[in-house]
Amino acid sequence: MKVPYYPGCTLSTKAKGYDRSGRAVAAALGMELVELPDWQCCGATFPLATDNSMALIAPTRVLYQAEQAGEQVAALCAICYHVLKRTQTALERDPVMRDRINWFTEQEYGGRVRVVHLLELLRDGLGWEELSRRVVRPLTGLRAAPYYGCLLLRPYDEIGLDNPEAPTILHDLIRALGAEPVDFPYSIECCGSYLTVKDPTVSETLSRDIVASARAAGAQVLVTACPLCQFNLDWPQRETEFGRTGDEIPVVYFTQLMAVALGLPEEDWGAEGMYTDPRPLLRQWAGNE
Amino acid sequence: MFRRFRSEGDNMRAVLSLSKLRSQFVRDVEEISGEDLLACNQCGKCSAGCPVAAAMDMLPSQVIRMAQLGMTEVLQSRTVWICASCLTCVTRCPKGVDLPRLMEALREISLRSGASEIDLDRLPPDLVRELPQLAIVGGFRKYIK
Repeated sequence: MKVPYYPGCTLSTKAKGYDRSGRAVAAALGMELVELPDWQCCGATFPLATDNSMALIAPTRVLYQAEQAGEQVAALCAICYHVLKRTQTALERDPVMRDRINWFTEQEYGGRVRVVHLLELLRDGLGWEELSRRVVRPLTGLRAAPYYGCLLLRPYDEIGLDNPEAPTILHDLIRALGAEPVDFPYSIECCGSYLTVKDPTVSETLSRDIVASARAAGAQVLVTACPLCQFNLDWPQRETEFGRTGDEIPVVYFTQLMAVALGLPEEDWGAEGMYTDPRPLLRQWAGNE
Repeated sequence: MFRRFRSEGDNMRAVLSLSKLRSQFVRDVEEISGEDLLACNQCGKCSAGCPVAAAMDMLPSQVIRMAQLGMTEVLQSRTVWICASCLTCVTRCPKGVDLPRLMEALREISLRSGASEIDLDRLPPDLVRELPQLAIVGGFRKYIK
């Protein structure tokens, strides 16, 4: 099955490992993620001001590009997913706005594209039972803390992926891979998001609390679907001139855990270049340690 | 990290008048956000659950209160810039008030009058080299006009 795919800016640059592992696990499960032929940035923020439609233009162009490719478009980046899904919802509810933007872009977006996250395709298309049947290297004994963050889940009436206060989709995925999902109180708390470019100390404080909470709950690895969460949680754990503290927890994308469990070669994990290297841990389940 | 918000004179005394309650400022906030300020009944649930409240100089519900009363001093508060639009509050608000949209409206009022909230010279160079692209694109759209 071919699925039109929107990688977005960060998965083409800083978070290449997410893109690599995402494409590899999808392929291993019989889904080919076909990159949109001519895509552009989604804008990276959904505009919250209602008196200005300018900021809806970039994501609408992406939706138009997706509409040329098929009925749905899949994203991996939680922020791209959030921006595209909310824009799609906004244009569906406000046809006047859609006409106005179409007039400006001179592209006739019909408003029919279904924006999906790969997690959704796994849960609703493949199913967790089928996924666990495809696992060749069960991650038995691995204690993985699902970190959902914000934009993958909220606001519920526009995104609707999972319960925004008690989500289970990453828990279920981790369980399907044979690992043990670790509950911890910060799994839907904010990592500070864009504050990292304005007040890095604030986002570092939030992120350290999240990592400390997962550690206290006994997690060996944090699992996320968002490249900004990954950065915000991992960056404060980097090696500095003072070395490392020794109690770092790697922060991986869910696709990287899947790549290990599906028995894919290490280059498909896309796990190089992270501040806390998850490979020494993950190799224990890959059978080459 | 907590610094209390101090307004002029620091007595936080507000003069209520119809002209303030229906001022251009109140109308601007409501128009930009698309929200009804008076829908908020100050239950405080947003402040209780806000993950960044510790870094704020004023609680989110207090910001809304000042905006309701037409107090433009609220634009001096750091809270609107610390709000990361994580949408926890809007998920929990029993009155369905979209707080992040109100915070965005207050930021927009400042940004549209020329404020800029990112000082590139003060960002640590090692951080700038490593930041994911979407943080730069998103951050600049949110904090600079």
